[in-house]
Amino acid sequence: MNLPVQTEGLTKRYGGRAAVRDLDLSVRAGEVYGFLGPNGAGKTTTLRMLLGLVRPTAGTVRLFGRPPAAGRLAGVGALIEGPAFYPYLSGRENLRVLARYAGTPAERVPLVLDLVDLADRAGDRYAGYSLGMKQRLGVAAALLKDPRLLILDEPTNGLDPAGTADMRRLIRRLGAAGCTVLLSSHLLGEVEQVCDRVGVVSQGRLIAEGSVAELRGAAGLRMLAEPLDDAAEHARALVGAERVRVADGALELAVDPDRAAWLNTELVRAGVAVRELRPRERDLEQVFFDLIGKETTDVR
Amino acid sequence: MSGSFRAELVKLVRRPAAWLLLGVALVLALLFTYVFPYAGYAAGTAGPNTDRALPMLLPDQLVGNSLGGFPVFLGSIVLILGVLVVGGEYGWGTWKTVLSQGPSRLAVYAGKLLALLVAALVVVLAVFGAGAVASVLIAATESQPVAWPSVPDLAVGIGAGWLIASMWAALGALLAIALRAVALPVGLGLVWMLAVQNLLTAIAAPLLDWVAQLQKGLPGPNAGSLAAALGAASDTPGVAATVGGGQAALVVAAYLVAFAVVGGALLRRRDIL
Repeated sequence: MNLPVQTEGLTKRYGGRAAVRDLDLSVRAGEVYGFLGPNGAGKTTTLRMLLGLVRPTAGTVRLFGRPPAAGRLAGVGALIEGPAFYPYLSGRENLRVLARYAGTPAERVPLVLDLVDLADRAGDRYAGYSLGMKQRLGVAAALLKDPRLLILDEPTNGLDPAGTADMRRLIRRLGAAGCTVLLSSHLLGEVEQVCDRVGVVSQGRLIAEGSVAELRGAAGLRMLAEPLDDAAEHARALVGAERVRVADGALELAVDPDRAAWLNTELVRAGVAVRELRPRERDLEQVFFDLIGKETTDVR
Repeated sequence: MSGSFRAELVKLVRRPAAWLLLGVALVLALLFTYVFPYAGYAAGTAGPNTDRALPMLLPDQLVGNSLGGFPVFLGSIVLILGVLVVGGEYGWGTWKTVLSQGPSRLAVYAGKLLALLVAALVVVLAVFGAGAVASVLIAATESQPVAWPSVPDLAVGIGAGWLIASMWAALGALLAIALRAVALPVGLGLVWMLAVQNLLTAIAAPLLDWVAQLQKGLPGPNAGSLAAALGAASDTPGVAATVGGGQAALVVAAYLVAFAVVGGALLRRRDIL
């Protein structure tokens, strides 16, 4: 089956510097894929290669099984590195001009303006738009072709909190409606809230990929207890030594959080004073910084 | 490509700078071709440009009078238009917006060139039209008979003006693609048209034979030769019969094609950053 996005060995070098290195990326149909990475990690260069704006130094790009140039980006909508439009035209006129390039009926224009909640100001000149309005217009342009694949690069940049929430709802709605979304972002919360799967890119390389739950790792328990050494010894005896780790003055237990009550009872019975026992779940931010830190260390 | 062409036309028609350039072109053409010469005639000034006497301002001289500006100053304005139409996409960062909609680079580029051809024709027709009105007014004021050039002469004149203007527009487009900007291509293009061409003609060519020979192959002198062959006054900057009219038309057409092809090849090959 032809995946909406598939790259193999994708590489882009500028002089001696590799912006993207040997990137294998697969985005499945119907999923919202988070492309996560710090600034300068190579996200936008990758997206530009997906759209044929930048030629890869090596490797291949396929969108729905075809190279971007051959497929003329059929069924693909994109907003790359911030919105850019003609300042002397209104928002509506800009979209009409783009519809002509796309060969899309002009009837789509009011529909997408409604979708991004910009219909009221669509007659204003683009030059007078706020950053948030420009961003909405950029998303509207990406939706013009009623795409099967939507590539969005930092779509909530410049939006106020309400606008950000609206945009995330829109992305989730599009995903639920079967549209594949490739969402590039450095906002961990955004990716965590919206995406089904996440790829983490650092220094041009894909360093991790999986669902948010997979990246967080297995859930567990975190315990504060006294004396800590006795608690660790009893816990190892109860759940297995390999599942117990002492970190930052606490016990981290790789066990199902549902076993908390049983564990508490057993430890108290063994004379350990349990002060705190709660589920331990790494958020994506922790995962991200662990990965980025590891990658940076590896490279050094 | 038709979608790209229509999109480019809409952008061009709605762009205030395009109308400003058309207005400037008409004002310059009228001022230097009709207003100043007629004011000098009316005041009885005996200047060095004796061929600017009343007969040169009448309707039968419309073709030459209208073409005279295209080798240099009207050509410069069309070159600026060419830079704006292509370079604006770099300046505003809109290449990615346009290309993300799916058209190929060459389709968009072809649309731009076609829109520029239309714009160049509009400029030429406007200059001819304004010149016709001005010359009729002068004829009426001076009680002179109104005789128009023949239709074939008018058609050839308009075609020649269109060819020259299109060549400069294509050069502007090429400069914009090569330099991926607006300001620098405009600056360099104007330096070439207004300074370098004149310096070569006025200073270098009389001193060095190889420069004089080189002139015969450059776009400006060929545009000037084409205008001269169709009756443009020889005192107009850039107008001189360096080569014959037929050769000049071929060279100008060759430059038009070359500028367009090189621009397309560069655009197709380079990354859109």
